[in-house]
Amino acid sequence: MSALLHHPGYDDDRLRLLMEKLPCRETQVSTLLALMGEPEQYCYPSIFIYGQRATGKSHVTQTLLRELQLPHAVVSCVECVSVGILFEQVLLTFFGSSSSNSLPRYPSLSDFIRLYRQFCGQVPATQTRYIVLDRAELLRDMDANLLPGFLRLQELVEDNLTVILLSQIVWDKFRPNTGCFEPLLLHFPNYNKAELQEILAQDTHPSYSSELYSSYINILLGVFYSVCRDVRELRHLAALNFPKFCEPLETGEAKEKDAHKLWRNIEPHLKKAMQTVYLREVSSVQWEEQQTDERETADRRGLSAHEHVELPYYSKYLLIAAYLASYNPARTDRRFFLKHHGKIKKTNFLKKHEKTSNHLLGPKPFPLDRLLAIFYSVVDSRVAPTASVFSQISSLVTLQLLSQTSHDDQLDAPKYKCAVSLDFIQAIARTVGFDILRYLYDFL
Amino acid sequence: MSKRKAKDSHLTAGECLSQAQRLLRERFCHQQLPIRPVGVESQHKHLLELLKRTAVHGESNSVLIVGPRGAGKTMLLNCVLKELMEVDEVEKNILLVQLNGLLQTDDRIALKEITRQLNLENVVGDKVFGSFAENLAFLLEALKKGDRSSSRPVLFTLDEFDLFAHHKNQTLLYNLLDISQSAQTPVAVVGLTCRLDVLELLEKRVKSRFSHRQIHLLSAMNFPGFLRSVEQQLRLPPDFPDSRFSEDWNAGTKALCEDKSVEAVLRKHFNSSKDFRSLHMLLMLALSRVTVYNPAIRPTDLLEASRICTSDAKANVLHGLSVLELCLIIAMKHLNDIYEGEPFNFQMVHNEFKKFLQRKSHSIHNFEKPVVVKAFEHLQELELIKPMDGTTARSQKEYQLVKLMLDHTQIMEALQKYPQCPTDVKQWAASAFG
Ligand SMILES: Nc1ncnc2c1ncn2[C@@H]1O[C@H](COP(=O)(O)OP(=O)(O)OP(=O)(O)O)[C@@H](O)[C@H]1O
Ligand SMILES: [Mg+2]
Repeated sequence: MSALLHHPGYDDDRLRLLMEKLPCRETQVSTLLALMGEPEQYCYPSIFIYGQRATGKSHVTQTLLRELQLPHAVVSCVECVSVGILFEQVLLTFFGSSSSNSLPRYPSLSDFIRLYRQFCGQVPATQTRYIVLDRAELLRDMDANLLPGFLRLQELVEDNLTVILLSQIVWDKFRPNTGCFEPLLLHFPNYNKAELQEILAQDTHPSYSSELYSSYINILLGVFYSVCRDVRELRHLAALNFPKFCEPLETGEAKEKDAHKLWRNIEPHLKKAMQTVYLREVSSVQWEEQQTDERETADRRGLSAHEHVELPYYSKYLLIAAYLASYNPARTDRRFFLKHHGKIKKTNFLKKHEKTSNHLLGPKPFPLDRLLAIFYSVVDSRVAPTASVFSQISSLVTLQLLSQTSHDDQLDAPKYKCAVSLDFIQAIARTVGFDILRYLYDFL
Repeated sequence: MSKRKAKDSHLTAGECLSQAQRLLRERFCHQQLPIRPVGVESQHKHLLELLKRTAVHGESNSVLIVGPRGAGKTMLLNCVLKELMEVDEVEKNILLVQLNGLLQTDDRIALKEITRQLNLENVVGDKVFGSFAENLAFLLEALKKGDRSSSRPVLFTLDEFDLFAHHKNQTLLYNLLDISQSAQTPVAVVGLTCRLDVLELLEKRVKSRFSHRQIHLLSAMNFPGFLRSVEQQLRLPPDFPDSRFSEDWNAGTKALCEDKSVEAVLRKHFNSSKDFRSLHMLLMLALSRVTVYNPAIRPTDLLEASRICTSDAKANVLHGLSVLELCLIIAMKHLNDIYEGEPFNFQMVHNEFKKFLQRKSHSIHNFEKPVVVKAFEHLQELELIKPMDGTTARSQKEYQLVKLMLDHTQIMEALQKYPQCPTDVKQWAASAFG
């Protein structure tokens, strides 16, 4: 039997089961096991495990501790709106409710340590206790003493205790200025393509062969691997699009071995999925519905939530004017909006700081009178009373299509910025038959 | 190997190893006090004598132990305390109050803790005090009551001493140092800190009450000394239950430290840090690789341990990025070159990326903008890019100014090792301007 599966103090069968549950993480599991040693031996006081989303940090540590039945408390820092919750969960897991109930209303780290020591005196650890802090980067935003305190918790409580921190972010971004107890760093690398293939191919579909599913996963990875390596996300996409992959098989158009036919059917579909499901622009339910009545799929952009904003006629023009005011240099207004402007050569007003397009730098704030000037010149028909224009501006601000920027140095005149994208404004302009590109000084 | 029985005991090889692991792990992972602290003999003697003067002769005193992280400040203090308590009259007489700047984050909490450690909670009851000084005076007075007329010496230890300087008005420090100067109660105040400039943090009235005694723990160890202490740290003690095993182990340890590749690894380690704590981490990693199949630390174990200790975390994260994310990093590198490190926004990065797609790329095809945005956001989540302060969250996210948290060499090195990096991407990264 292999040395990998043998660790003194743990049952071999249990270890084998554990390894089967954690495919492609054998190296990480055995490093962790080796560090932990036998259950009653000391482990390093704090271990910091980092690696990107869905590299199995939480899964591996939790499965390991659970399957080997080691005393452990898992706390996700996302849930800890106050430190009290963190303390409570740890005490509760190790020493029962009598300990967590002893915490005062707003406990300090000092209270926690005092209670831990008190109860631990009654039940000293017979095996190493583990505290797993998931999403540990959030500890940085809590009280400043919390992170350094947990890193040297073993020293502070004098118990056989190890704290495991899990995070996506590298340790360098955690270290306080005056230093702290340095944890032992372990990296969980991303799964590579072959490993993703192996992991994803494990969820086979009951009515199809595992080879078929595996070849499907292969196609899926071909599309998504260059943008996404997150197992969770890929698994979700795989499950969602599998029915579409099977469609030609159901209808009898293709056989399982017609690899090319199946590929031709699914590949464009997956590419489309990248634009929508992957971006959460449509919900999975919407996507499934859409899959069933493929025929009426119009422009996929039509699904984007933004395009459904219904605006009053003048508001649309106001927004267009705001867009122009935000992205065109003010000195070009004459050129675009005066019927008879003198001949100004473009290069003449290309001042140095204007060389970089506003489409790169972002919208510039503009005063109200400039907005109105442009508005009156682009809107073609009779103009609405000014009062109603003002109320429409404020509702555009409420909708967050415009944002109001108030500068301290300018007390009276409010300034605005347009907060929509070029795609969006083009769509709006189209609905009123306005060719916005003709009026833009530049666009990328 | 596994069936070998030692002559002088009935421990199997497995049991021997388990014992060795237990012992060494206590040393590396549990701050077990060494029998004799090496290299700090004079500091040890100094502190012991100082505290004896308080404990035995009732003299008040204050002292700071200053040294970098992991240099052994806590260890030194604990060694001295242990030795001090071995003196009979001291053990019965002295009162110990141990505070830590990480735990007692303000003076109210500190006072509560002092009361608790002096077992005076019942005496205090729910009395209300006008000031901190009054309260502390009451506590010290309460200690006098009882059978003896003279006061018992109190030893205050303040770990992370510098953090107490941030308490409001430095009230606790002021009062403790103040009583350490007035001779009513024999009090010793021992502060531990890693800040060399700690005195500058003290207010004038606090500073003037401090004895200005400092014990520095700055390791003057040279490399041969370091090698010796590595061997020391790995040795099994003479009272190990199986002497045959421990002799073998210790001989193996000696051989290990003489190995050339090991020496190189240790020298590298020595050059970056010579404190015991980081050494313990290295040795712990090596020790964890010892099993029945591999019953001694081999040079490769130490090499591997060192590899883990020194592995470049940022490069590790970069290697896990998708090709698209990597491309964005390169685009940002070019922007940094062009604008000399000025912050930039997503739109500019995207533009740079599109230029690459149009001009140079054959392996990467176009992605819809939202997909690119998502990749950009992921980089931000990983804190490889950071939004600039001051740009409001209200501005559209494409235009929010950000900064790349990687430097040129980090990117280029990571790129070299990026698994299956497309050549055109590599060339783009190496080209001078976008
Ligand atoms: N001279 C020495 N001989 C043997 N072991 C030592 C020596 N100095 C330090 N150590 C060991 O190094 C480790 C770190 O020491 P210690 O915790 O005392 O550092 P520290 O100075 O208190 O660090 P921090 O500033 O982080 O509190 C301990 O395990 C200690 O036993
Ligand atoms: Mg210390």
